Amino acid sequence: MHIASSITSLFRQRAFTPRLLRSVALAAALGCAMGAAHAAGTLRVAMTTSDIPLPNGQTDQGSEGMRFMGYTVFEALIGFDLSSSTKPVTLIPALATEWAVDPKDKLRWVFKLRPGVKFHDGSAFNAQAVVWNYEKILNDKAEQYDPKQAAQGRGRIPTVKSVKAIDDLTVEFTTTEVDALLPYKILWIVMSSPAQWNAVGKSWDVFLPKASGTGPWKLQTYTPRERAVLVKNTGYWDAKRVPKLDSMVLLPVPDASARVAALRSGQVDWIETPPPDGIESLKGAGFNIVSNVYPHVWPWHLSRVEGSPWNDIRIRKAANLAIDREGMKALLGGMMSPAKGMVPTASAWFGKPSFDVKYDPAAARALMAQAGYSKEKPLKIKSIISPNGGGQMQPMLMNELIQQNLAEIGIQVEFDVRDWNALLANWRAGAKDPGTKGATTTNSSYFSQDPFTALIRHVDSGLMPPKGTNWGYYSDPEMDKIFDAIRTEFNPEAQTALVAKAHEKFVNDALFLFVAHDVAPRAMTKKVKGFVPPHNWYVDFSPITME
Amino acid sequence: MLSYFLKRLAFALPIALAVSALCFSLVYLAPGDPLSAVLPSDASQEMIEKVKVSYGLDKPIAVQYAIWLSRALQGDLGQSISTGRAVASEIGAAIGNSLVLALLASSIGFTLGAALGVIGGYTHGSKLDRLLSAIAISGVSIPHYWLGIVLVAIFSVKLNMLPAMGAGSSDLWNWDRFSYMILPAITLAAIPTGIVMRSVRALVADTLNREFVNGLVAKGMGRRTVFRHLVKNIAPTALAVIGVQLGYLMAGSILVETVFSWPGTGLLLNNAIQQRDIPLLQGTILVLAMFFVLLNLLVDMLQPLFDPRISRS
Repeated sequence: MHIASSITSLFRQRAFTPRLLRSVALAAALGCAMGAAHAAGTLRVAMTTSDIPLPNGQTDQGSEGMRFMGYTVFEALIGFDLSSSTKPVTLIPALATEWAVDPKDKLRWVFKLRPGVKFHDGSAFNAQAVVWNYEKILNDKAEQYDPKQAAQGRGRIPTVKSVKAIDDLTVEFTTTEVDALLPYKILWIVMSSPAQWNAVGKSWDVFLPKASGTGPWKLQTYTPRERAVLVKNTGYWDAKRVPKLDSMVLLPVPDASARVAALRSGQVDWIETPPPDGIESLKGAGFNIVSNVYPHVWPWHLSRVEGSPWNDIRIRKAANLAIDREGMKALLGGMMSPAKGMVPTASAWFGKPSFDVKYDPAAARALMAQAGYSKEKPLKIKSIISPNGGGQMQPMLMNELIQQNLAEIGIQVEFDVRDWNALLANWRAGAKDPGTKGATTTNSSYFSQDPFTALIRHVDSGLMPPKGTNWGYYSDPEMDKIFDAIRTEFNPEAQTALVAKAHEKFVNDALFLFVAHDVAPRAMTKKVKGFVPPHNWYVDFSPITME
Repeated sequence: MLSYFLKRLAFALPIALAVSALCFSLVYLAPGDPLSAVLPSDASQEMIEKVKVSYGLDKPIAVQYAIWLSRALQGDLGQSISTGRAVASEIGAAIGNSLVLALLASSIGFTLGAALGVIGGYTHGSKLDRLLSAIAISGVSIPHYWLGIVLVAIFSVKLNMLPAMGAGSSDLWNWDRFSYMILPAITLAAIPTGIVMRSVRALVADTLNREFVNGLVAKGMGRRTVFRHLVKNIAPTALAVIGVQLGYLMAGSILVETVFSWPGTGLLLNNAIQQRDIPLLQGTILVLAMFFVLLNLLVDMLQPLFDPRISRS
């Protein structure tokens, strides 16, 4: 024991290496906090990504990229209100102070920009900068066009036809069709600094380590695949959201056990997505597990092509009543929320569906009997699932429980396990694609941040593959009519009521097998204070402090 | 000597090319889409087709391979699909990290393995030899990623002595940076220690029984002189084992680098596989294959220095 403690103290003496002494002296001399990992007021985060999200603006690495780089260093015209962990997240003004559709021409939107906002390089944010940023992803003839950012952003704004500067602080958007959901799309497109891009020689590669946006965090260090250091932007336009921390260190740690080890050894303060089997031990070791339901759903997407058993509503409802979601929650260490629809019940879009999605095996068996099936005479189906994947939670474990539950009511499931990317490729190709190989369900988890991603894209008859991702080829004129109404309703309250109506139909017709919502677990040390986990994929790092 | 070198080089090049062609084909046999790394997961098929054309992935595989190979021969390994950075610079950054880790691990493995092997060879059949053999077999048998996790649990989580993952700040080489290497290097050293030890032990035991050793002893040579002759005799074979092991350490550390999030070629390969980043995968495999081939070439070149019979044959 003595030897161990001697060695421990010997190793700990590395804190007194010349390099650190130099750094401390420098920090003291400059009177500022040191950007290194052990400085006070620094939050060290282990992300699940394999690389640092690109600090170009329209970043990569999926939602985690937007969480840590897209919405920290950069901003869009519209933002999310992420200040509450109980209220539904709403859209709020960000770089635009107000926006409205032209009452005479519903294809024309006018956005008023926030005055006095500066990019991190000191240049002014204005209407020309907005046009320049949209051109970087929409106009492949523009000198600032970036295929990487276009790949990430273009698909988010399919209805944007053109963007024009009216004056220094007014921008006009023209859409290809009447699109009342445009604000939900605009919030994806973040603003990079044109002046900085010009200053670094008009190169996006050179821009990366010298990135400049308008966000509450500035990029200080960018080492691909190793680390990024963000420091607070003291000149941020919203004084209430100037970060309380001095800096934030982002580390890519894709291996879940390595993230847990890093947290437990004190190397990081915050880890994304701890593995379910590590949660209890982390709690026992005094770490906080923070989670909240967010716009995510883990369903089985049902095929509605001719001959699919899921065309029978009794079978769809029976399957929904057969799943023991509470049992599944226990299996996942509590890290899920049972789904009663495509959006959580707390969402304003949930509505008041008459069909209650719950665990009622007796009712499920009765419905299956009406459809002509039983445990003895089962319905045989094939399901495409993946062993892992972004947002897929614990797919094997969860699907095996579903298989067991469905067997109890007379649905015999054969799994077609595919690589996550292969599953996504089939999801885009649709249920009629020969690659579906007789499967009538696919299990892809979905982002449901706005009415389009939550509902429309899955069941709009105009979005069957290859045009869209209506995998199951569902078609119902009544549903299409509601979607058209949503797209043309500009009053936010009336639009919300219409989305709720669409969702009620979604649930009442049991269009999917609704299983779970993820709860975005994060583990952090008790030193991390002030974090508010909102009902959202994104979070606000500004109020966080380190004790 | 020169013809021997040229002959070895002539053998090496087709091997590297064959490996690259094989890996290229294997990548395409795997399911999934290389564009998944650059597109949001909910991108439509239309969008994917559009981006596919811009990356040249719409061309037949044979054409893609021919283009890639002709560029690779000119030193251009293309651009990573997921990051857009030059593959050569990605590999350049990673290979340095892997090389230092592999060198440290091989130093530990070869020193320890050779020392214990010599002891085992000299004490062949004794209890000490059996104990050392057990250690060697454990080193070879224990899955190194598991050993890595155990070492992290003890030295990082429990004792808080060493970092659990990462490579530290990437500036100067100093103790802070070195401390990040210790656990992955020890983990990586386990297998070469076992293999080198077993090889050296067998060679020493075998050589000690040969007549020339008895002759040396009979001539009254001291232990040191006998040992020098012994080393000269076992060195070519030991070198070959060491060369292969160093190659494995460079290319075969995917799991260990992943467990420790060490930003080397193993982690790069793992990420490239996960993200279906074909140019990065192909470039990394080609460079590692070339490294392996060159390392074997180097060993082949060194062997005649110890045993001139090799070049004569």
